[in-house]
Amino acid sequence: MQEHPTAPGPGVDAGVDPTLAARVPTAPAAPDAAPAALEVRGLWRRFGAKVAVAGVDLVVPPGSFYGLVGPNGAGKTTTLSMATGLLRPDAGTVLVRGHDLWADPVRVKGMLGVLPDGVRLFDRLSGEQLITYAGLLQGLDRETVAARTADLLGALDLVADRNTLVVDYSAGMTKKIALACALVHAPRVLVLDEPFEAVDPVSAANIREILAAFVAGGGTVIVSSHVMDLVQRMCDHVAVIAGGRVLAAGTVDEVRAGRSLEERFVELVGGRVSGEGLAWLRSSSD
Amino acid sequence: MVAQLVRLKLTLLRNGLRRSALQVVGIVLASLYGAGLLVVFVGGMVALSFEAPMVQRTSTVLLGAVIVLGWWLVPLLVFGVDSTLDPLRFVTFAIRRRTLLLGMAVAAVVGVPGVITAVATLSTAVVWWHHPAALVAGLLAAPIGLALAVTGSRAVTTAMARVLARRRAREVMILVVALPFLLLGPALWGFSQLEVSVDAEKIAEVVAWTPLGAPWAVPSDVVAGHWADALGRVLVALVALAGAAWLWDRSLAHALVNPAHEQAGGRARGLGAFGRLPATPLGAVVARCLTYWVRDPRYAVSLVVVPVVVVVLWFVDPGDEGRLALLAGPAVAYLVAWGISADVAFDGTAFWTHLAAPVRGTTDRAGRLLASASFGLPLVVALAVGTSLASARPSVVVPVLGLSLGVLLTSYGVASVLSALVVYPVQLPGENPFQSKQGASMASIGSQLAGTASVVVLVAPTAVLAVLALRDGAPPAVGVLALVVGVLLGAVVLALGVRVGGAALDRTGPDLQRRMTSFT
Repeated sequence: MQEHPTAPGPGVDAGVDPTLAARVPTAPAAPDAAPAALEVRGLWRRFGAKVAVAGVDLVVPPGSFYGLVGPNGAGKTTTLSMATGLLRPDAGTVLVRGHDLWADPVRVKGMLGVLPDGVRLFDRLSGEQLITYAGLLQGLDRETVAARTADLLGALDLVADRNTLVVDYSAGMTKKIALACALVHAPRVLVLDEPFEAVDPVSAANIREILAAFVAGGGTVIVSSHVMDLVQRMCDHVAVIAGGRVLAAGTVDEVRAGRSLEERFVELVGGRVSGEGLAWLRSSSD
Repeated sequence: MVAQLVRLKLTLLRNGLRRSALQVVGIVLASLYGAGLLVVFVGGMVALSFEAPMVQRTSTVLLGAVIVLGWWLVPLLVFGVDSTLDPLRFVTFAIRRRTLLLGMAVAAVVGVPGVITAVATLSTAVVWWHHPAALVAGLLAAPIGLALAVTGSRAVTTAMARVLARRRAREVMILVVALPFLLLGPALWGFSQLEVSVDAEKIAEVVAWTPLGAPWAVPSDVVAGHWADALGRVLVALVALAGAAWLWDRSLAHALVNPAHEQAGGRARGLGAFGRLPATPLGAVVARCLTYWVRDPRYAVSLVVVPVVVVVLWFVDPGDEGRLALLAGPAVAYLVAWGISADVAFDGTAFWTHLAAPVRGTTDRAGRLLASASFGLPLVVALAVGTSLASARPSVVVPVLGLSLGVLLTSYGVASVLSALVVYPVQLPGENPFQSKQGASMASIGSQLAGTASVVVLVAPTAVLAVLALRDGAPPAVGVLALVVGVLLGAVVLALGVRVGGAALDRTGPDLQRRMTSFT
């Protein structure tokens, strides 16, 4: 059963700054009875002998704020790469708003805004040039790109560094400029891999606001994260993924079943070890 | 510790081979090539042992000096130094720097080039098998020469990496490195005018007192009974070795606590090329490539050879008809156009920006090509016209222009297909430009050879016509035909290349991205 929430999900920061929300391009409202924003069926991918993703099924309802959580090496990045056209699946289909991504990539990619993790940017461009580049590649006209670039630089607090080369940005600034590139063409679906990693708390709050406003405007956001607390507060849906499989998926309340998401996550994934084995480490304190 | 480092290097090499079949092929080919070279070299040494003493001395000194100089300079120019054991990786371990240096030096010999050099240098002693004392001297002196080659190579690259972190310094460096090549032409011309054998002996006598040649002259001194000379040369070599080790040690001490950080040179003003070119995906790709041609030194390095080629061809030309210089147009056309065959590899994982956007492969191909052609086409036309007008027969401008344009267009076409199919590890932007990437050379050399062979085949009709037109008394119509065929055939190859390469990129894009992710 797909939900179609009209308000931000539980836990999203209340009181979105209206000026900020207005400056950021948002997706138009989803039509009624729309197909899933993103639907992934039977996704498989192996690297050599290692199966990274083993039959992942996900249904991301339109207008949802969807969290993807899992331990290191769970297959989150691999799944999101395949869902955005950056990595070819060995098997399975990816439907973005009902359109098969791998059957018609050029058409479908325009609906997606992507922030991958662990890849470089064209970092010899200045921040402003990089956003412009992303916008022009999406086929936007010059005036639109210029206006949105200015808006995004303002919303992400990068105006002062607009002419600095991205290679000289800090890790957090780099994340923010990459997010701006993902947003510039007002995609219907945002897929963000670890968007909060290395981002300072103030910038993270700004980014959360922008994303909440994007969802409030009818867009769909999918984020992956290690930080359970963040996902619990921010997202309305969540999927727990480990060992290349989906262990649980649904609304946050369904998945956590009355406990905190972190407790439920540890229970699902397992693997807690007590630190008592490292007794020799204690002697180093004196 | 030294043994551990050598074992580590072997383990790293073995694991690298296990990861990719291509690297196995690469190392097998490299070993075969090296073994072939060795057979020739050792055979030469055996033959040399029956020659006159003066010939033996001159040959060994000059060959040894070239080997040492090669170790010192080649990493600066082309391949970079093997960075399997990056000293920076050991910075958190409690290892004394002297131990680390010794281990790295010994480990540097482990590998195809190192082993070949070691065997080759030791084999120079074979020349003196008639004289047991000289044979022993050769076997003792050769390792000193080998150590000098390896240590000097590390010292030079480590020291230069520090200087070259600054962009300005790198530009100066490019000129300094290019200088010997600029002088090569006049020097060769000079040699051809003189009695070479007399000269070689004199050169060898001088070189034998430099660190480059000293170790190799010791055995012949022993044969002649010049014990003082032999001792002196050993001293020269040892002092140079100590100097190189000191330089390496100082540079490494600095580099370990100040990791290479390229100063990218800060800021851009406004949108640059993005504001001037059409606001379309194609215009954006062109603008991005042009920005990189200016800002990323890896691109600039690929153009360094252009003036070198022109000047060398100009000076090497034996007569004053300027006939060889006419090759400058086609040669530069190939070099410039072939540059885009590494374009996707240079993007590295940033290539995802194209993958994630609704950009067709043909747009990607055409954009990269137009950016390169925006300066490549005027340059090649200017060279073709310029060299023709400066030659004895200005009328050759027509076929020369035809061949140059044919090579340019054809190379663009073939490179557009090739770079959609093959990526190989290249230096990341801002990395030490003197470090080579493991497995890079063979994969790149293989694809380069295949691509270049395709260019040669596709240009052949034009080349035949151009050569016919250059012969004395050829009717002008042949030249015109060369121009027409060159441009038309080139245009067809170019159009097909963009089409086929674009379609291939649509298909292979995610796989290229995955391969480049696995390089990092």
